[in-house]
Amino acid sequence: MAELGRAALIVTLGLALYALVAGGAAATLGRRRLALSARNALVAAFFSTVVATAVLVAGFVRNDFSLAYVADHSSRELPLPYKISAFWGGQEGSLLLWLLVLTGYSALAIWIAGKRARDLVVWVTPVLGAIAVGFTWLLVAVSSPFDTIPAPADGSGLNPSLQNPYMVAHPVFLYLGYVGLAVPFAFAMGALLSGRTDERWIVATRRWTIVAWTALGIGQLLGAHWAYQEVGWGGYYAWDPVENAALMPWLAATAFLHSVMIQEKRGMLRVWNVTLVSLAFCLSLFGTFLTRSGVVSSIHSFTQSGIGPWFLAFIVMAVVFSVTMIWLRLPQLRTSARLESLVSREATFLYNNLLLVALCLTILWGTAWPILSEAVRGEAVVVGRPYYDFFLRIFGLPLLLLMGIGPLVAWRRASLRGLGRVFMWPAAIALATGVLLILLGSGSSIPGLVAYTFSAFVLATIGMEFARGTAARRALTGEGIPTAFGRLVGRNRRRYGGYVVHASIVLLAIGVAGSSAYDSVVEGRLARGDSLAVGGYTLTYRGLTEREGANATEVRAVLDVRRGGDSLGTVQAGKNAYSVEQQVSNEVGIRSDLLTGEDLFVIAEQVNDDGTVFFRVFVKPLVNLIWLAGLVFVLGSLITLWPDAREERRLATRYARQGEPADGTATT
Amino acid sequence: MSFWLLLGAALAVAAVVVVALPFLHEPAPQSDALDELDAPERQRLEAEEERDRALAALKELEADHRAGRISDDDYRAVVGVIRRDAAEALRALDRLRGAAREGTGRGTAKSG
Repeated sequence: MAELGRAALIVTLGLALYALVAGGAAATLGRRRLALSARNALVAAFFSTVVATAVLVAGFVRNDFSLAYVADHSSRELPLPYKISAFWGGQEGSLLLWLLVLTGYSALAIWIAGKRARDLVVWVTPVLGAIAVGFTWLLVAVSSPFDTIPAPADGSGLNPSLQNPYMVAHPVFLYLGYVGLAVPFAFAMGALLSGRTDERWIVATRRWTIVAWTALGIGQLLGAHWAYQEVGWGGYYAWDPVENAALMPWLAATAFLHSVMIQEKRGMLRVWNVTLVSLAFCLSLFGTFLTRSGVVSSIHSFTQSGIGPWFLAFIVMAVVFSVTMIWLRLPQLRTSARLESLVSREATFLYNNLLLVALCLTILWGTAWPILSEAVRGEAVVVGRPYYDFFLRIFGLPLLLLMGIGPLVAWRRASLRGLGRVFMWPAAIALATGVLLILLGSGSSIPGLVAYTFSAFVLATIGMEFARGTAARRALTGEGIPTAFGRLVGRNRRRYGGYVVHASIVLLAIGVAGSSAYDSVVEGRLARGDSLAVGGYTLTYRGLTEREGANATEVRAVLDVRRGGDSLGTVQAGKNAYSVEQQVSNEVGIRSDLLTGEDLFVIAEQVNDDGTVFFRVFVKPLVNLIWLAGLVFVLGSLITLWPDAREERRLATRYARQGEPADGTATT
Repeated sequence: MSFWLLLGAALAVAAVVVVALPFLHEPAPQSDALDELDAPERQRLEAEEERDRALAALKELEADHRAGRISDDDYRAVVGVIRRDAAEALRALDRLRGAAREGTGRGTAKSG
């Protein structure tokens, strides 16, 4: 089957190359059939990539160890879900997943946008083709998943840390996010290439950007939960270069989602918006480069390989191309609209953007510093956690506050007196929360206290927004509260969906502050019957159990848990020994209190031959709010993304050509 | 040649057919020019964007004022400016549509 996989990738390369060259020629020469042909090539590239993907998945399911990639990442004993996820468990497979998502997104994006921005799509096709050429070239010529070897009796197995349900979903969401940023980038570049710098590229990519941004956000949270459960160090985010690689494009895309509103409402920030879209895409490429080149040491990265220089060249080309296009189109991007006041909605969005980009670039500097220092001084200097934590507080806390302020400030200009009246109650609630927390003893961490106070402010503003909006609608229509509330949200989906997303970020902030600023930790070597106390809990070690799992021997230390004299049952932590992979993994024990959001987190660091175990135990207040934030985040994104028929009709009318039906059914 | 390689070759042939479809469907079209917006249509589009922007701003301001998010003073300070912008956007769109109608009329008279 390897021949079919290789052939499918070569066909994809040919199609992507055709989409680039023929698409570019069609757009430049104004040839309709050639443009359609290039578009067809891009759609067909998706189907040929599906064939290549199916071949590789079939290789895993059928234990076809004549494929070197399958032999390196699977084994006969590996459970089926992990055999399928092993597809993206290594470098070549994950690149194929990148290509699959890219060609799928490209086909869908140009098909949907073709209805409203036909002359723009003609220019978008070669840009998407160029990106697809880059990735397919790597898969065909540099790092093929279809290399064959004399088939061994069994494979080497999958890295134990990847044998986790979160690892089945985390990379897929991350790639849906990373690669999704290619769509707004391609449309922005298409707009610049064609000189059509009106709003159509924004309208065409609004949903794509939110989908990519949401997927990237979910992917990071799933990854954080994986790290929390699987890596076994007691945390969920370590400022690892590969973790940062996903966070940076998400921050740039967050800035774009806010600044694009200023362009839609006021026609301002056109240069800034195309810059942010380009930055987000180039950072997603940089993230992929970090993971795959082996230039940084990370638990997430793949081994050292030859694709680094190719990727670096790809990033340089993307940056040079973006900068050149923005520079060439500067006169068309400039607008006459100006910021009228520093106290206005657009000004607060601008402050939000500056903080997000500053945080993003600070993280970029910290992530790139080991690479730069090694290149210059021959010694990699790693930037530690204090650097990132410092800048997270410096930029993150004002960002949190702005989330509450921005949506309630008037466009164009607002008076300080008016603001005082609007923010009086949220500020009072925030102040009361701060005082209460100090009285309850939470003053031990100033950043934690500030984060909670600001969180209370933002939650109060969001709550008031929903209450005010519902009351105003009731006054206008006489509807009951549930109907007025439902229609308020339904008719202003972007606004109220945005508030729900803001609420999720507040939950995240509360969870992060609680679990990092107010956590407790204790460690010790326990013999059977010994106890250990931490954060109000008492744990008593009862002994070891051992059982044979599907593909590993599982050893668990059992501990009784008590709090305030009440028995809370047992918690188990231990290790899995994987026979095929010849590796041992840490399996932590977590007892979650869903009412308080607190976790008791147990690591069995060392299991000794004499039956004693060295434990490290954490109590992490409010940590479960981080995972709850993920659910609220998805809900807010879904509200924002849900199609609005009235908006669709309005746009259809705007973009209907003279003498054509408004539904865009005319052919290209 | 193996079965799988033959399948790969069939995939390549299918890809070529899909790419050639526009030329196979229309071997000799009346026009092969791209259906692009001309300058008046682009101006109209930009004017409509400007009109939608101004009307949306007015609608949002009214809703914010009604809900109590914006004080009376702030409302009075900006409502006049936004109304002027909306009126100007509507006038600009009317001018463009009038010019387009005149152009069409002249074209029809000439061809008649």
